[in-house]
Amino acid sequence: MSDTRFTKDHEWLRLDGDIVTVGITDHAQEALGDVVFVELPEIDREVEEGEACAVVESVKAASDVYAPLAGKVVETNQAIVDDPSLVNGDAMGEAWFFKLEIADAAAFEALMDEEAYTAFLAAEE
Amino acid sequence: MPAGDSDAEHLSLTPDQPLATTPLDALHRELGARMVPFAGYAMPVQYDLTGALAERCKGGVLAEHLHCRAQASLFDVSHMGQARLDGAAPAQALEALVPGDIAGLKPGRQRYTLLTNEAGGIIDDLMVANPGEDIFPGGGLFLVVNASRKEIDIAHLRAELRDAATVTPLDDRALLALQGPAAAAVMARLAPAAAALPFMGFAAVIVGGAACYVSRSGYTGEDGFEISVPAHQAEALARLLLDQPEVAPAGLGARDSLRLEAGLCLYGNDLDEVSTPVEAGLTWTIGKRRKMAWDFKGGLVIRDQLGNGATRLRVGLRPEGRAPARAGTTIVDAEGNDAGTVTSGGFSPTLNAPIAMGYVRRDLSADGSRVFLMVRGKPLPAAVVPMPFVPHRYIR
Repeated sequence: MSDTRFTKDHEWLRLDGDIVTVGITDHAQEALGDVVFVELPEIDREVEEGEACAVVESVKAASDVYAPLAGKVVETNQAIVDDPSLVNGDAMGEAWFFKLEIADAAAFEALMDEEAYTAFLAAEE
Repeated sequence: MPAGDSDAEHLSLTPDQPLATTPLDALHRELGARMVPFAGYAMPVQYDLTGALAERCKGGVLAEHLHCRAQASLFDVSHMGQARLDGAAPAQALEALVPGDIAGLKPGRQRYTLLTNEAGGIIDDLMVANPGEDIFPGGGLFLVVNASRKEIDIAHLRAELRDAATVTPLDDRALLALQGPAAAAVMARLAPAAAALPFMGFAAVIVGGAACYVSRSGYTGEDGFEISVPAHQAEALARLLLDQPEVAPAGLGARDSLRLEAGLCLYGNDLDEVSTPVEAGLTWTIGKRRKMAWDFKGGLVIRDQLGNGATRLRVGLRPEGRAPARAGTTIVDAEGNDAGTVTSGGFSPTLNAPIAMGYVRRDLSADGSRVFLMVRGKPLPAAVVPMPFVPHRYIR
């Protein structure tokens, strides 16, 4: 998973060409508890870095999911809308949220890698 | 994405203040509880269960909720306030402060009632039991009040009752709730006398060697028991209950979703000092005899409101789609005019759909009325529906 990057908002990103796939981390789904609702952005929406563009709700609370990088939404994962419990089951894999077309691949590289995220989690404890 | 723990957190005191613990604190942690601050206490919001308990219920709010509806769940509600009210005629004295028929409460019976203020608002909702002469000599009453309101309630009772009755907080007792369709079978095994209680019955019963006060009541909509136990015996009793094959622990998260499905009010969300029993749909708590004299705090205000109709009423809400509408969500009518506020809202594990309750303008309070819930700036259509959302299964 060396090509996976992470944010302080507990999201993960994977880059393929100029398309980045975004999801929430296993730590995030664990902290949220049972996910019961997901709302995803419209296709073609232009988002700024840090802009709230999806929602994930557990039985306990609602949380925003932010665009980790600026870009355009090119695909969303209807499977997690239809069955939100997938987010608890496979947060780092099948239960991705959306794909962004990004202009600046360097910004991706600048995000935390897995080692840095693990250290970030440890410091947050 | 903040790793939010509980929307119950807004009820807690400042996080800097050291939290109180219940007598089951060590057990919660041993069982894998996620502890959160609630009303000044460290309380389990949910469990990550392991071992034999995990085979019954994997833990987490959904699984704990569904286990309670299917089997029996053990809740620690020791944060709630237990108190004794003694005096020459404590029932008559208390009637000045509540709309319920307390003097008519027979020995061994319990009743849900409200502490009201002069404006007809609700200071707290509470359970009042008449344990009987053999348990509380002199006609003393047993009270259970909300954790977040206990200091306020006790100060109010003392200030108003003065010499008519004395209030003694029972801080040396824990409170456990055993709830669910299998609760009676569990109790029949451990304490047959408790299992024989009728709904809202109350008795002093030895359970697992501990001298308990048991009532046939709860706050989940299921049959069940609330067990007041001496603090030093609480953990042993909880372990005995968890040893029963039907029982799994459940946290405050499941307790909240269960009571919402049952259409029951949470003080601080659905009830407060400005909401009245008429607005809250709790006029059934006003005793028949009390409706002759209206001689309780705010009685005349409540009488007038009952006659003229309240301007807003508490209703059940079923949002269309799957998005939950949380407490604080604004309710609007078809024209976009302000129509009220959601006071409790979340996801119903039993119905696999969002549910909510809130106060709406009277003209929108009839079942079937269409309203809109402003969720993230968008009007989400919802129907006004009768409560409970999930039928009560109290023993009758």
